[in-house]
Amino acid sequence: MPLFPDQASTFAPHVDALYLFLVCLTAFFSLLIGTLVVVFAIKYRRRAENEVPDLVHESGLLEMTWTVIPFLITMVLFVWSSWVYFRITRPPREAMDVYVTGKQWMWKLQHANGRMEMNELHVPVGRAVRLTMASEDVIHSFYIPAFRFKRDVVPGRFATAWFEATRPGRYHLFCAQYCGTRHSNMIGWVHVLTPADYQAWLSGGVLGESLASAGAKRFVENACNTCHAEKPGARGPSLNAIFGKVQRLQGGQTVVVDEAYLRESIVNPQAKLVEGYPSIMPTYQGLISEEGLLQLVAYVKSLSPAPAAPPVAAPAPPAPGERKAATK
Amino acid sequence: MSSAVVGALPVEPRQHYLNVRYGVGSWLLTVDHKRIAILYLIGVTFFFAIGGVFAALIRMELLTPPGDLFLSETYNRLFTTHGVMMVFFFMIPAIPSVLGNFLIPMMIGAKDLAFPRINLLSWYLYMIGGLIALWALIHGGVDTGWTFYTPYSTVYSNGWVVVTAVGIFLAGFSSILTGLNFLVTIHTMRAPGMTWRRLPLFVWAHYATSIIQLLGTPVIAITLLLVGAERLFHLGIFDPRQGGDPVLFQHLFWFYSHPAVYIMILPAMGVISELVTGMSRKPVFGYKFIAGSSLAIAVLSFLVWGHHMFVSGQSVYAGLVFSILSFLVAIPSAIKVFNWTATLYKGSVSYQTPMLYALGFIGLFTIGGLTGLFLASLGLDIHVHDTYFIIAHFHYIMVGGTIMGYLGGLHYWWPKISGKLYPEAWARVSAWVIFLGFNLTFFPQFILGYLGMPRRYHAYPAEFQVLNVMSTAGASILGIGYMIPLVYFFWSMRYGKTAPANPWGATGLEWQTPSPPPTENFPVTPVVTREPYDYLTKEEPAVG
Repeated sequence: MPLFPDQASTFAPHVDALYLFLVCLTAFFSLLIGTLVVVFAIKYRRRAENEVPDLVHESGLLEMTWTVIPFLITMVLFVWSSWVYFRITRPPREAMDVYVTGKQWMWKLQHANGRMEMNELHVPVGRAVRLTMASEDVIHSFYIPAFRFKRDVVPGRFATAWFEATRPGRYHLFCAQYCGTRHSNMIGWVHVLTPADYQAWLSGGVLGESLASAGAKRFVENACNTCHAEKPGARGPSLNAIFGKVQRLQGGQTVVVDEAYLRESIVNPQAKLVEGYPSIMPTYQGLISEEGLLQLVAYVKSLSPAPAAPPVAAPAPPAPGERKAATK
Repeated sequence: MSSAVVGALPVEPRQHYLNVRYGVGSWLLTVDHKRIAILYLIGVTFFFAIGGVFAALIRMELLTPPGDLFLSETYNRLFTTHGVMMVFFFMIPAIPSVLGNFLIPMMIGAKDLAFPRINLLSWYLYMIGGLIALWALIHGGVDTGWTFYTPYSTVYSNGWVVVTAVGIFLAGFSSILTGLNFLVTIHTMRAPGMTWRRLPLFVWAHYATSIIQLLGTPVIAITLLLVGAERLFHLGIFDPRQGGDPVLFQHLFWFYSHPAVYIMILPAMGVISELVTGMSRKPVFGYKFIAGSSLAIAVLSFLVWGHHMFVSGQSVYAGLVFSILSFLVAIPSAIKVFNWTATLYKGSVSYQTPMLYALGFIGLFTIGGLTGLFLASLGLDIHVHDTYFIIAHFHYIMVGGTIMGYLGGLHYWWPKISGKLYPEAWARVSAWVIFLGFNLTFFPQFILGYLGMPRRYHAYPAEFQVLNVMSTAGASILGIGYMIPLVYFFWSMRYGKTAPANPWGATGLEWQTPSPPPTENFPVTPVVTREPYDYLTKEEPAVG
């Protein structure tokens, strides 16, 4: 009977250290309270029906002690756990991309070169993997216990997250957010391979079209290219090399061009208009599938020079005590 | 806390609230808070039994890894029904509506609650809401889980979501009215001399609870209306295909449902404060700190809801704020546990059944509270979120807390409520059985959760089976533990020994009037001249 899950990602040792500390803390306070209760229970048991207990004066010092000590402990935990959290939320720049679509009740995973798999994910060991995830129906949650990795996939937006596997092997993939009748069948396996095995796997099997070239086709099919034409005087802004850049909006605000912004600009173009362009783009809400959106985003990303991946979530402040804070 | 009442020994069958009138009508139309408490006792016991049967069916299915006992559709309905019944129709109303209803007027020296007819209305709303929800869950079937997450609940689920929501909506109004009634009563109907600093801690805890009920419940009512509106009229509030936001639902839902945890646990804490002092015959240690921490919990409980959304994609900064606030809410709870423990020190500690439940509560609550720190920790919550770790944690804190408090209180005040003594030996056995069964059921689930078993799984990988078998075995023991009190409480109503006015030798106005009390509670309005829990000044009690 296992008591501890496999430890197979760069997060796992950090999460486990925090967990073990908390287990010890819980054991300590449970034993402390338990011992006091049992000792008092025996020592001060009622011996005569009419006994009057001694007066015990209340103690401000004691109250202060057991308020301040728990406070200090929780603040240590807060700082520590936030530090672990920042590691998990900030992807390194050189991560490889995998695109995930969740639907009742399966996971579809697509690699950048077009290789596609269902409920299975093959990744190389020692390389950061960035997931861009979308749901076609309800909320799902992509959960790999051995990696201590979980992220809800909420319909109507992309979820992006990353991990780096550290040990070859086969690990559970679960859907962790209840998603309907066959929720417990929305499971699969993550295969962590050595780099050589991974290369062999990647080039084997039937290769589909790469995501970016599929996206390029959709770009034409949906007539995006009529406005987003790469020439002076085009009605839409140029998409060349914009990924990861800061875009000025009407009204003077700015936005970092990431997956979420690209998606929003397709399904709800009026939300954040680029400065200097008229509000003429129609909405594509409901006209392009989640997979189509992923392909279009992959295509736009392919127009930008390679190492330009922006931070995954909102830009995070430097975590306490982390040296690599400004990864530039 | 003495009174001017001298308990005259009853000569012939004394008239009290139970025998003053007979017949079904005398109960269904009563406005006596004590009789309404009995009506609630029947109601919550019924819904607890239903929720318990569904829990047993869940545990039977999980005995083996494949989903072989029920269909997935059925299993999903089982855990939904279990959750809805237990949360909305047992744990939220149990202690306030039964013990609070019975005791608050008596503890402050009043004849009844401020609005007796509204009190009866609350019971009818609760029962009608409960029966509608039960009918919808069983006849129509609902598979959304008790959390009704969108867009599953508003677009994809085929069950009777709206009818169930109507039931919960009605019960919500029952909860609001009860909270309002308690607040007004505590403010306006205290006996002469019952100052705020002399209020029993049970009353303080219910005061804090009532604030949450009054301020939080309207939000769940609005949220359920929106869910109904989106299901029926496709309004597009939560449905992303129409530009809605599914996570908005989670914010609204947890804005009520996290404070609701404290609606369940604060009254239990109030019970434990009474039990620990009464059974060790000592003034409570740190009265001001225990009372103040109830209010602190009530305020902080409204500021931590976002810790249910650490993996939903909410902003990193929101995560940080909700994390630190969630850590802070642990501190008033810790203060209470330390003060209860200190109250035992140099006391005259009796180990009759109510005390066993009180100590059991401290044990379960300590583990439940400390495991809450795991979940407030951002980096760790990502792993254990939506796994059995959460299931174990909230069962320890909500179920362990509420049930230990509820049963402990029921035993402690049973002589007052029924006028009879329960059989002590059986009661002690059942308290032990429940405590051990509870731990065997839920402790393995912490380990399961850390191993990664997600919640709401009909089938699970084989390596999780041993821990699941332990949990199911514990649940069987727990089920037996719950049935024993049901039998002997009934038994004692007919065969139990007649209870004296004050069987525990406790202070508190409720013990200064005969058991069972007369309809008007006190023959003469008591005048309070002493501090609460004044066990050291020897003058009373005149037991009997």
